Amino acid sequence: MTKLLDREPVALVVFSAVILLMPLWLTPLGANYPDLLQKFAIFAIFAMGFNILFGLTGYLSFGHAAFLGVGSYAAVWSFKLFTMNVLPAIAFGILFSGVFAFLIGYVSLRRSGIYFSILTLAFAQMCYNLAYSVLTPITNGETGLQLTLQDPRIIDRMFGPAGAGLPSTNFFGLPMSGYPGFYFCAVMLIICFFISRRIFKSPLGLTLLGIKSNQNRMNYTGFNTRPYTQTAFVISGMFAGLAGSLLAVTDPLAGAERMQWTASGEVVLMTILGGAGTLIGPMLGAWLIKYFENIFSAFNDATLEQTFSFLPEPLANAAVAISGLFVGEGWHLTLGVLFMLIVIFLPGGIMEGWRRLVRWIGGGGGGKAKTESAAVAQPAE
Amino acid sequence: MDALLLQFLNGLDKGGAYALIALGLTLVFGTLGVVNFAHGALFMLGAFCAVTFNKILTLEKVVLDPEQKTAWGTPLEIRTPYVEAWLGDFGAFLLNYSVPVSIIVAIPVMLLIGVVMERGLIKYFYKRPHADQILVTFGLAIVIQEIIKHYYGANPIPQAAPEIVSGSADIGAWFGLAGTIVYPWWRLVFFGFSVVVIGAVFAFLQFTTYGMVVRAGMRDSETVGLLGINIQKRFTVVFGLAAVVAGLAGVMYTPILPPDYHMGMDFLVLSFVVVVVGGMGSLPGAVLAGFMLGILQSFASMNEIKSIFPGIDQIIIYLVAVIILLTMPRGLMGREGVMEE
Amino acid sequence: MVANAVLHVADVHKNFGGLRALSDVDLRVDEGETHAIIGPNGAGKSTLLNVCVGRIKPDKGHVVFDGEVLDSHTPYQINQLGVSRVFQTPEIFPDLSLLDNVMIPAFASRDGAFRLRPFRKLRLEGDVRAEAEKNLEDVGLAALKDTEAGSLSRGDKRRLELAMCLIQKPKLLLLDEPTAGMSRHDTNRTVDLLKTIKQRGMTKVIIEHDMHVVFSLADRISVLAQGRIIASGKPEEIKGNPVVQEAYLGGAH
Repeated sequence: MTKLLDREPVALVVFSAVILLMPLWLTPLGANYPDLLQKFAIFAIFAMGFNILFGLTGYLSFGHAAFLGVGSYAAVWSFKLFTMNVLPAIAFGILFSGVFAFLIGYVSLRRSGIYFSILTLAFAQMCYNLAYSVLTPITNGETGLQLTLQDPRIIDRMFGPAGAGLPSTNFFGLPMSGYPGFYFCAVMLIICFFISRRIFKSPLGLTLLGIKSNQNRMNYTGFNTRPYTQTAFVISGMFAGLAGSLLAVTDPLAGAERMQWTASGEVVLMTILGGAGTLIGPMLGAWLIKYFENIFSAFNDATLEQTFSFLPEPLANAAVAISGLFVGEGWHLTLGVLFMLIVIFLPGGIMEGWRRLVRWIGGGGGGKAKTESAAVAQPAE
Repeated sequence: MDALLLQFLNGLDKGGAYALIALGLTLVFGTLGVVNFAHGALFMLGAFCAVTFNKILTLEKVVLDPEQKTAWGTPLEIRTPYVEAWLGDFGAFLLNYSVPVSIIVAIPVMLLIGVVMERGLIKYFYKRPHADQILVTFGLAIVIQEIIKHYYGANPIPQAAPEIVSGSADIGAWFGLAGTIVYPWWRLVFFGFSVVVIGAVFAFLQFTTYGMVVRAGMRDSETVGLLGINIQKRFTVVFGLAAVVAGLAGVMYTPILPPDYHMGMDFLVLSFVVVVVGGMGSLPGAVLAGFMLGILQSFASMNEIKSIFPGIDQIIIYLVAVIILLTMPRGLMGREGVMEE
Repeated sequence: MVANAVLHVADVHKNFGGLRALSDVDLRVDEGETHAIIGPNGAGKSTLLNVCVGRIKPDKGHVVFDGEVLDSHTPYQINQLGVSRVFQTPEIFPDLSLLDNVMIPAFASRDGAFRLRPFRKLRLEGDVRAEAEKNLEDVGLAALKDTEAGSLSRGDKRRLELAMCLIQKPKLLLLDEPTAGMSRHDTNRTVDLLKTIKQRGMTKVIIEHDMHVVFSLADRISVLAQGRIIASGKPEEIKGNPVVQEAYLGGAH
């Protein structure tokens, strides 16, 4: 089975099937609405890209959200200036974030360890702060960059006059909201998976792992490590830019809060939660966090009371009071607790848990194996 | 000139806060080798010690006075805080001085929190990679933050400085300058306080045997461990000390910045920049960088400067951090080989 | 003596603070020879190797390798010229498998310091893999090729590092105590391995404390004491040299 998945076409087909059928198999989990599905695909791309840097080279960037933001702004500007077609928008998003990543990486990669982390954090925070002040003409400050009726959209105008109201983003006429939007993001995710998989399984990937494992040895082994780390940084920045432009594709506005360090922190969390350095772990981490964010934050006291109504009243009240801490507004608390538990007990993230489970089953788990794997695989989804 | 002096002073209190938080961060990092992302949360918890103390003090006894009517015709409520009712003038004094007095409460509370945190969580992470430490403490910070938010709400809760220092001082007159430089007394108090605390920490490290072990541990923890010194106990104390320093900074900062649940994170990011600029593991570096960045930030917010470099006030700290890290590979006073793998 | 000097350390001085680590060190290593450097602890042996690989820049003097003056070369450039080094404490990739450990250096010598082919499949690098397996075989670690290198014993790590250097087919191999921490049996195997390499004509500089190893491998020996070369010559000459006996061997041999 695993041997089979090692073959590229098989892996791609299985992966594509899983992604494209998400609306189907996420139905029992109550996560099959397009908004959330789009986020699943987009943040999976973001985390996958981050993993190319952190998982392979070990350089922990704390400023990756800057590239997400740049991608969003570039895409919205493409919508405003040229056309509502999404292809140029994502092209611009990738291009600009790539250029940004090249510049920031060029400077930051002079240092390693926490110094690198702080440099990337500093650059991202500068972008964030400037987006609110000096760069307002480009970013539209706190309001965020939006489409307006006055936008030139020169390419669209060549084909016809502007209609009444704000146009929507489209892929050669197909509007990019709802399910079509998801499928567009999903196709992008599949392409990203393919690229990421190729890098992981190339000499480049192995070289990057060498840098993570022992950079000193790499130098004395004849590698000029800087261009390698720079490449990983730019690729992962471009992934982030793509994710950012896809955010704009599904909802054409861009705000500076996308670049804040908390957003950078989130992608770090996703990657570690899923398992840094593994191919699909970061994607699973992204899904888990986005799932929690959307599902848990939607709970309120009324739904909780309904859930616990089978208990005697005092018990039900207590249960509502305690669980109320963790849902709705308090879903961050759940995230924090989950996070601590994962780091404490399962440092390799979900993928590590999966490996342990497989080993445990292989080591004589016996007949119970199937039910166990189903039970544990669930949170991964 | 006056304006420059004022900005310099403005930078001192912020610099003091940065320095105090960074001091604890780098102390914990240098001795325990732990990158503590929950350190900002300790600062925030300190601030909420002051808030809680004040809340308890201001619990009021409500008496309805049927003789007097309000404008709506209902009996007038006379509210007297219990402390005032019970303790009279001393109660009023306590209320007035609730922020500085809450230090007495905050020290044991923060020490306890620090010890529990170290014993319960941090000690299991000494040998784990820095990334794991960052993540678990980050998770802890979120948890603490959310709990505070749940009980105290999301809005900032302003705290008053004692009346006697609630006004402003005319500093210009002190220096014989013509122009008046008005500067809130409390900020001066805070600056003085931070200097005293920093001095106390250094004295502790310099003159006590405990401090000696800690300093030795910052140099070479393995050897100190081999000498048969119970390094674990020392680690706990160091962590507790760092928690107290951060907490005290939080208490005293409340009249300057009304505390809310995410103030810890806001300060943490900047404090990390401060620590790294100062040089990982260097205590004097952390203090120096704290004040330096606080003052620079304050200068950068002058209109004269902003008109030349728009937006500079927003990014100055990060800009300085980038320049220093690129020109001085280990920060201002960092040692070789720390955190570079 | 007219043979080509592959490595020429010319008049090198190096001070650390007030401490003189190397002074007036002049060393020629001829093509194909195995040159042992011996000397008491703290004599500057490792510093000398560090100067050769570009980790430390000399205060005065030059290192010339294969006709090229290595004044401004970085470690990776020096390696690309054909210098590989086994460190005193093994420098390997602890998180990777033994096979990967040996394949990575092979890419460096085949593709140069930087070559970007992100989509090339590792699976298609059969030649490199076969070569790596052969090199693991040579050092006796073939059975462990899928093991994580960090879990090896210290002696095995050294042999792995040797394999990582040998796959690069360096013109000059620098070995810093290659048998330290090895059992007698492993030491003998390593000596045998180094003898086979010698037959291939690879030039080697070896730092070693084990006199048995030194005298069974070295063509020439230089004795370093307090940062100076106090004697240099054939093993028999060194054995009989009274200065050396006084400074280092203490008359034991």
